[in-house]
Amino acid sequence: MYKLDVDNLGKRFGERKVFSKISFELKTGDSIAVVGSNGSGKSTLLKVLLSLLVPSRGTVTYSNGEEKLDDNHYRITTSFVSPYLNLYDHLTAEENLKFFTTVAGNTITGKEINNLLAKVGLEGRGVDYVLGYSSGMKQRLKYAVALLKKPEFLFLDEPTSNLDEAGKKIVFDLVEEYRKDTIIIIATNEKEEYELAEKLCRLT
Amino acid sequence: MWWKSALFILMSVMIVYSFTTPAPQKMIGESSRIFYYHIPQAWICVIAFAMSMIYSIKYLKTKDIHEDDKALVAAKLGFVFCLLATLSGATFAKVTWGSFWNWDPRETSIFILLLIYGAYFALRGAVDVEEKRASLSAVYSIFAFITVPFLIFIVPRLVPSLHPEDSIIDENMKFTMSPMVRTIFFSSLGLFTIFYFWLFNIGKRVQLMARNQVEQEDF
Amino acid sequence: MPKSSAGLLSRSLAVYFKDMRLELRTRSALNAILMFGVTTLAVVSFSLGQSNLSPKIMSALFWVIMFFSAMSGLAQTFIREEETGTSLALKLTADADSIYLGKLFFNLTLLTMMTLIITPMFFIFTDAPTNNLFPFLVVLVLGVFGLVSATTIVAAIIAKASTKGALFAVLSFPILMVLLMSLVSASEKIFDNQTLADTSSEVQFLIAYVVVMTTASILLFKFVWRE
Repeated sequence: MYKLDVDNLGKRFGERKVFSKISFELKTGDSIAVVGSNGSGKSTLLKVLLSLLVPSRGTVTYSNGEEKLDDNHYRITTSFVSPYLNLYDHLTAEENLKFFTTVAGNTITGKEINNLLAKVGLEGRGVDYVLGYSSGMKQRLKYAVALLKKPEFLFLDEPTSNLDEAGKKIVFDLVEEYRKDTIIIIATNEKEEYELAEKLCRLT
Repeated sequence: MWWKSALFILMSVMIVYSFTTPAPQKMIGESSRIFYYHIPQAWICVIAFAMSMIYSIKYLKTKDIHEDDKALVAAKLGFVFCLLATLSGATFAKVTWGSFWNWDPRETSIFILLLIYGAYFALRGAVDVEEKRASLSAVYSIFAFITVPFLIFIVPRLVPSLHPEDSIIDENMKFTMSPMVRTIFFSSLGLFTIFYFWLFNIGKRVQLMARNQVEQEDF
Repeated sequence: MPKSSAGLLSRSLAVYFKDMRLELRTRSALNAILMFGVTTLAVVSFSLGQSNLSPKIMSALFWVIMFFSAMSGLAQTFIREEETGTSLALKLTADADSIYLGKLFFNLTLLTMMTLIITPMFFIFTDAPTNNLFPFLVVLVLGVFGLVSATTIVAAIIAKASTKGALFAVLSFPILMVLLMSLVSASEKIFDNQTLADTSSEVQFLIAYVVVMTTASILLFKFVWRE
């Protein structure tokens, strides 16, 4: 049972306040949608939660139910899909997947790679350079990379951006598949996406 | 505050004595009085540099932005004193060795120190996000400080020295100092050090005030 | 999903081979560094003409060329991660130590390749004495290690700043100055037909420098990388 506690979180860039007084508590099986208009700080909140940014106020605590997780747990426990996160254009999809596996200290077989690519609807395209991918295909590949880990925390920033209907269905199916064993945090403005989550956190 | 008045009086007395007593070194003559000022400046430059590094380490440990403020104040003061030491040193060099700049080991070292400070400020100017600026400049200042022992031990071996002796302490001892000279020199050293810490304290409070103005807004 | 863990070395090598692959496909760093080296060398040699160079000037020129060539390409590996937006994915998957070591190996390879091309050209253009080649190679290898060990973390720092190009040389130079001084002094002695034993104090210093800079970089890198 993993837990994510957010207590009175606030972030400010210089004199500009981005958000403040955000508190919630999640445990494995929970999901939350972060909604708010453009520029309300959804992506910033996600970055603070992922400790890519230091909060100006408050704390974010990750625990596995018994003890706090240390600063390096992200590498093992957390997957993130975001428009800001890019993969290597000059590597093929397969090379990308292989790299992100070995650099985490794991190994992967060709069959596993093919299964993963099939799951996100990219079968047969694994030998192509990511450079030649459309933005929708890139988004699908990001999901494949995210699923290389067995995430305990799944962060999705605008999860269906650039995706067609088939792609959206893949994402919705994935969320259903992972819902029970994962903490899911979705940042979005799309109604059908934030309805995937049980809780709501509205930024103004 | 009483100690500020005391500092003022003592420094005035020290300055008067430094110019009215006989010159500390007979060979060099009148110009040798500059050593009452030159060496304290170089000394403070090193203290400030070390303090800046210590606050940088503290910042990386605690991520408390106030530590970064202190590191910056120390670096700014260090830079000023470094500049003063360079100028007074160059003047002294012109009078005694005939040219302003000779790439003597100590001149080389202080030149590198100046470059490190300059690079430190250039780096701070090139990073917009406050925490990022703090971390990056802290790492740089620690990394740069690691080269200082190399400067002290290696440079003198590679470049022939014109300075009286190889270390700052020995340099003073070489001037077979009379009790009077010794008193003036060490009180100058002590008073300038107190003066530096006073400036540091003021700088720290200025930074804190600027920060509090931003933070006062309810958050 | 994939399991079984591997050590620091294999993770670092993953980063290294990824960077090598990217480099071979885009050639962005190698081309820059090579052309810069060749251009500088050509300018120097052409402006000096046929004049007979003293060992001191020869060794100074050589290390000036090495320094500026290194400055032109060694930051590329970190800048590329920031500019293509891939550093985020890397940060969430890889540990700082393997990234630093992978990039260190990569820069080492890059500078070695450049040195292999520049050094023979230098000897041809300047007519430097070749009868004392082994000691020169020792100093050269230490010089390459020294340049890379001190500049890789600076490259990581400037990749996060807004004005990257000029800043790299500005931040690197004060740290490299002691290194360059002893490299120049050592190769001057070698061009002057002295033996390796005559340069022992420089060689000792160079080894100490590489060890200290590498250790400090590994300790400090995670603070840069997390930003």
